[in-house]
Amino acid sequence: MISNKELHDKYIKKAMMPSILCAGCGNGTVLNATLRAIDVLDMDLDNMVFVSGIGCSSRLNAYINADALHATHGRALAFATGIKAGNPKLDVVVFTGDGDCAGIGGNHFIHAIRRNIGLTVIAINNYTYGMTGGQMSPTTPQKSISTTSPYGAIDHPFDLAELAKAAGAPYVARWTIAHPLQLQRAIKKGLKNNGFSFIEVLSPCPTSFWRRNKVRNFETIYNWYKENTVTIKKAKEHPDKIPIGELKNIDKDEWTDLWKSLVSEVRI
Amino acid sequence: MDINTILGPREQFIQGDTACVYGALLAGCSFFAGYPITPATEISEGMSRLLPKIGGTYIQMEDEIASLGAIIGASWTGKKTMTATSGPGFSLMQENLGYALMTETPCVIVNVQRGGPSTGQPTRASQGDVMQARYGSHGDYEIIVLSPSSVQEMLDLTIRAFNLSEKYRVPVILLADESIGHMREKITIPEHTLIINRTLVDIDYTEYKPFRAGYLHATKIPEFDTFGSKYNTYVTGLTHNKDGFPVTGDWKVHSDLIKRLSRKITDNIDDICEMDCRFLNYAESVIISYGISARPALSAVEMARTMEKNVAYINLKTIWPFNYEFISEVSKQVDKIVVVEMNMGQIYHCVKEAVEGRCDVELVSSLGGRVPTPKDILEVLK
Repeated sequence: MISNKELHDKYIKKAMMPSILCAGCGNGTVLNATLRAIDVLDMDLDNMVFVSGIGCSSRLNAYINADALHATHGRALAFATGIKAGNPKLDVVVFTGDGDCAGIGGNHFIHAIRRNIGLTVIAINNYTYGMTGGQMSPTTPQKSISTTSPYGAIDHPFDLAELAKAAGAPYVARWTIAHPLQLQRAIKKGLKNNGFSFIEVLSPCPTSFWRRNKVRNFETIYNWYKENTVTIKKAKEHPDKIPIGELKNIDKDEWTDLWKSLVSEVRI
Repeated sequence: MDINTILGPREQFIQGDTACVYGALLAGCSFFAGYPITPATEISEGMSRLLPKIGGTYIQMEDEIASLGAIIGASWTGKKTMTATSGPGFSLMQENLGYALMTETPCVIVNVQRGGPSTGQPTRASQGDVMQARYGSHGDYEIIVLSPSSVQEMLDLTIRAFNLSEKYRVPVILLADESIGHMREKITIPEHTLIINRTLVDIDYTEYKPFRAGYLHATKIPEFDTFGSKYNTYVTGLTHNKDGFPVTGDWKVHSDLIKRLSRKITDNIDDICEMDCRFLNYAESVIISYGISARPALSAVEMARTMEKNVAYINLKTIWPFNYEFISEVSKQVDKIVVVEMNMGQIYHCVKEAVEGRCDVELVSSLGGRVPTPKDILEVLK
């Protein structure tokens, strides 16, 4: 297995280091798992484009030695759709977050899934708008404290993976940063899957989410993700816990393939 | 099969929106993303019918924000891309319009104007979006906006929009209106089309900086790297340095970037600004208009001249950048300038600014989709 040093030298833009991420942020684990999945699959970085929206999650593509597009807030999937449809040969990976993907970008999210365009979408769900200092997001659990829910959130949160399943995504998985190897395997499967792949990662924002909810010890935070999740097989026995694992994996016609066959029929 | 064969006879009697489709395909457009909206829907329909025939890509998006996002993304794969909309959709596009400007992404946005604000008059012509096209997105910028006043010009200026977009790496807006979009007129498909393509980067890999201009030529326009090539490019709407990396706290980096983005347009006003000027020599007054209202303006000029009034005509085929210097020169020669437009007076203010009180400036304004008549204009010339 490739060492962290080798991984860094091979894939990371040195000019962009040190990163802007806080101590204890889960984004580094997600980037690590993504790059390891790419390395195991021996993918050609020159043939890859990393797209993102706005937020802490969306800074990850700046660190990779490859073409990348840092889009407007919530629109990463619209830009990524244009890139994939413009050149279907490219492998397009999208980094997004709970606010970017399901808040401002909710409409683009369900429609990119509906079309089943071949993107690998990695959504880092940290329950908050971290970059703006910790406001309530579409996934903030009820009763949580944030700067815009100072008396506890009353909004019902979205379940991103269930949303992706309901919208028709052929590949859906959810893991946490406490499950790095499982996450790496899920990203690998997502990259290999021809259609829209959605991988949700539950990841901590110690600075903006957990601190406000009076959890300041990283070990406690890390253990929270282990203790409050359950693998899909045992989910029925633990209805109070968040199911993790491969939640959906089916075959479905991909948009650029469908377009290609339409063109071959219509082209003069 | 080549595009001319697909488009059919050289001379056709077609709608303005269809002429826009023809112009785009002749210019080499191979990617269109859009969302239905009156009175621009026929452009999407035409593109969905013709693009697969030439192996291009048509994709219907969930809204106008996504439509512009998709064509910006596709432009980075090396495609010439376009979207088409009207006022309400154009309002939604302002966010990504700023992104295209900041990232120097070539693309063409058609706005077939209808009455506004808001949903307004979907099936009536208007020139109410002139200032929005110039200033609608936040921040300081310069942009190119073209205005066709016939179905033939809808075709010709669409081609020009692509060429300017590729040349200056800037989104170009074709600001048409409902009457031009839906009007049917005879057009002639040009036998030869001048096509300009973006300059692709071709330097040593180690020396590549995505947003450094003037490598090989004295220009303010960086050479383009297509996604999937050996060069690595990071595209961001954040203020970025020549490496393309975000530098958001340095006033000099921001100032240098914004000045370069503006000056690549303002340094080239003579190349970009195209006008149809008639009878300017020794004229005592001049009518300035653009788009559909330039047609009654020309009729009014011709009628006035038969009445021995020395009136000239200027049709601003390029609205933005506004040619202040030229209008300023004209104001030194004439006693009166009449601006004819289908809004409450938008270009009128730029004309007044250029004139600096040297001559009278009057506005003929027509609202509600009513195209001004030559008689309306002649009244002011009395």
